[in-house]
Amino acid sequence: MPVYSFHGGIHPPENKVQSTRLPVDDAPIPKHLVVPVLQHLGMAADPVVDVGERVLKGQLIAEPVGRISVAVHAPSSGRVIGISQQPVPHASGLEAECILIETDGQDSWCEHQGLEDYTKLSPNELIDFIRHKGIAGMGGAGFPTDVKLHLGDDHIVNTLIINAAECEPYITADDTLMRIASEEIVGGIEIIAHLLKPHHIIIGIEDNKPDAIAALNIACRESNLAIDIQIVPTKYPSGGERQLIQLLTNVEVPSGKIPADVGIVCQNVGTLAAIYDAISTGRPLLSRIVTVTGDALAQPRNLRTLIGTPFSTLLDYAGIDRSKMSRLVMGGPMMGIPVTSEQIPVIKTTNCIIAATAEEMPPTAPAQACIRCGLCEQACPAQLLPQQLYWFAKGKEFDKARDHDLFDCIECGACAYVCPSNIPLVQYYRFAKSEIRNEELEQRRADHARARFEARKQRLEREAEQKEARRKQRALEAAAAQAERRKALEMAQAKAASDTSSAQAPSESLTRALATQSLNSDLESNTTSNTTPNAVPDIKALKVAAALARTKLSKAQKALKNAQDKGLEGSEALAATVAILSEKSEAAQINYDKAQALEAAEQSKAPSETVQTAAETVANNNHDIKALKQQVSIMRTKLKKAKASGEDEAEISRLVERLDQAQQQVWAVEAEKTAQATAQGIDLKQLKIDAALAKAAVTKLDRAINASESEDERSKLSVELAQKQETALQLSQQLARFE
Amino acid sequence: MDSVLSAILVLLGLALVFGLILGYASVRFKIIGNPLVEQIDAILPQTQCGQCGYPGCRPYAQAISDGDAINKCPPGGQSTIDQLAELLNQESIPLDSEHGTEDVRKVAYIREDECIGCTKCIQACPVDAILGAAKLMHTVIVSECTGCDLCVEPCPVDCIDMIPVATTIGSWKWPAPPSPLQIIATDKRVQTEELH
Repeated sequence: MPVYSFHGGIHPPENKVQSTRLPVDDAPIPKHLVVPVLQHLGMAADPVVDVGERVLKGQLIAEPVGRISVAVHAPSSGRVIGISQQPVPHASGLEAECILIETDGQDSWCEHQGLEDYTKLSPNELIDFIRHKGIAGMGGAGFPTDVKLHLGDDHIVNTLIINAAECEPYITADDTLMRIASEEIVGGIEIIAHLLKPHHIIIGIEDNKPDAIAALNIACRESNLAIDIQIVPTKYPSGGERQLIQLLTNVEVPSGKIPADVGIVCQNVGTLAAIYDAISTGRPLLSRIVTVTGDALAQPRNLRTLIGTPFSTLLDYAGIDRSKMSRLVMGGPMMGIPVTSEQIPVIKTTNCIIAATAEEMPPTAPAQACIRCGLCEQACPAQLLPQQLYWFAKGKEFDKARDHDLFDCIECGACAYVCPSNIPLVQYYRFAKSEIRNEELEQRRADHARARFEARKQRLEREAEQKEARRKQRALEAAAAQAERRKALEMAQAKAASDTSSAQAPSESLTRALATQSLNSDLESNTTSNTTPNAVPDIKALKVAAALARTKLSKAQKALKNAQDKGLEGSEALAATVAILSEKSEAAQINYDKAQALEAAEQSKAPSETVQTAAETVANNNHDIKALKQQVSIMRTKLKKAKASGEDEAEISRLVERLDQAQQQVWAVEAEKTAQATAQGIDLKQLKIDAALAKAAVTKLDRAINASESEDERSKLSVELAQKQETALQLSQQLARFE
Repeated sequence: MDSVLSAILVLLGLALVFGLILGYASVRFKIIGNPLVEQIDAILPQTQCGQCGYPGCRPYAQAISDGDAINKCPPGGQSTIDQLAELLNQESIPLDSEHGTEDVRKVAYIREDECIGCTKCIQACPVDAILGAAKLMHTVIVSECTGCDLCVEPCPVDCIDMIPVATTIGSWKWPAPPSPLQIIATDKRVQTEELH
């Protein structure tokens, strides 16, 4: 198989020999382990242990959250002493959530069980098993491995590429792993091949690792799989995923796509060994090989290190001379990041720690102006235009930088390495990338806020509309109710008009009631005035009647005022009622006054007045009464005429007054007469009735005589008739005396 | 003469045809609404804070399209002004400090034990980011808060603080490298010595 080539690349000093002189060793278990919950790409794991809890080696301490996340396990046995913010391996130097474990030194395992035969499990179960063993890509980015293994679900994977290139200077962690654990790596390849079923498996390894190549060859010969070991020439960055794919298959992964889109999946050798370990023994990913190197160390070497071990433990174990160390770098010299704290822990992606002296890594010289030499373009493995990108990043023309495929930059640092002006190009690209990402985030946030704002506005509008609709509904209902009431009122008025010739019935039930009351009082006062003569001695009753009439009047006035204030309909009718009432009240008062006067007059008369005198008075008065009655009827006629002819009010009121006076006189005389009769012990009423009865009996007998046929009967009836006639005559004579 | 006539006729015919096509297109592809307002609104940060003097981002977008100044948006800052200047083909101008100054991103925080549950802040929030009910404690949904400040003023017990959003590993940005071009030869030496 031919080995192809990729554009650009550089050949920096390898510096790999220093760390491979000594055999791999186990790093000491530190007193305190600092285990970050985020050691991978994606969501941070969620701690499932409490402070103070005892944990065993391999126990789950943080579980994955969401699809792209990885579990975290206790690297050694001990006690959780805190879950807090600690410095973590990150370019920002910021702190992040970590689980602190105080180790007990016993390193006692929790129960763990490997799989007897992983081929019996369904792919999903197997991948789930791997997911729960906390395995993330150990090459650099720390992409959750289970997600990569699911790529076979929706992609056709033709080629599995094992990345064993380890192109970056100084780092020999994968080299060491391949030398000591080539069988595990091949075992891991078998597991992944079982899951992804690729047609072709290629191990890409640089030619500067002859021992590793030899070990892999031996391991591969024992495997049933046809594994190609492709030795690629040492060139940085051949270990970059896209570059290695191009080297081995001559396929260029398109911009913005992932290798699986072209049927390729890449795995790092460290990840493979971890997968094999997890499947065969059930052990989660708890440790990794870390290259501890640099001129400041007495014994640069590879150390099998527990995750969470602080750098200081490793440096001390490798014999650090802190006076010589000028820079501590995590990762390689090309892509690594300088760290300031030795307390930063090793995580799943930490492959190298360099404790460099000043001579080894001199401070970068100040950047000078770009001379547009184009060397960066020659070195760029992604075939970008680093110089253009630099200008755009510097001028903050991020849109243009993006259009020049800034996001295809793998930040390998080859351009900065070759730059004769010492321009920190990668820093510019990182700056531009994070600015663009931030802008996108802001845009998303703005869109989200806009959506929420619009939603709120719509909601408020909707609510206002509903309110308006409700208000309209209520108004309609009120209008309907009012129309109904008006109709009812009109009907009542019409009825009232037809029923009584008097005023229209007031609209409101209140005023209606008042009207009724007034009519009642009218009647009452009439009755009172009629009965007054009969009850001459009963002045008290008259007084009460007058007071009642007054009260009714004042009530009616109040109601009228109220009605006028509120502008209720029918106030006019009410006013008429009040006028009537006031008249009645006056009349009642006059009656009372008269009765009083009468009483006084009676008192002045001699109490020994004879019946005869009274009878005479009555007889004398007879003429008077008739004349008076005549006078009253004349006056009534006059009044009617005056009203009909539209006389002025003064005239009418004068007439009314006179009529009233006359009426009063008639009533007074009548009352007097009745009173005299009563005084004689004769019931005038009874007398009248008796007289009427007698008359009726006479008429009846007369008719019976005419109707009878027999002589006997007729004669008998005639006698009776004569008797009755006599009685009737007597009665009528008696009656005539009083009338 | 014939050729001249035919040329005129052909040109007239073409004019007629294209006129019809254009007339149809202007009816068929008529743009409803003002697309410029949409574009401006898309650039504005949508905090709906009203610091520009308009009741929300969209009214300000409308005002800009009607000719108002583009430098009245403190939450958007200079980058928004630059984008607006580019969109409207204007000269970019600095932020009008009358309307406020560019500030770090903040979110509202309700001191919950002091909250009396008056719901005034809920009514003020333009993006419904405050959760609560009458006489019950309110709280801000941080992920929805735009930091517009509008809830602070109505609070009768002053229990709302605007807290700057802390930078986490997730939100951290790479800083811009120091500009190398501002140093002159002698400064370069000094800086190099300092570095050593």
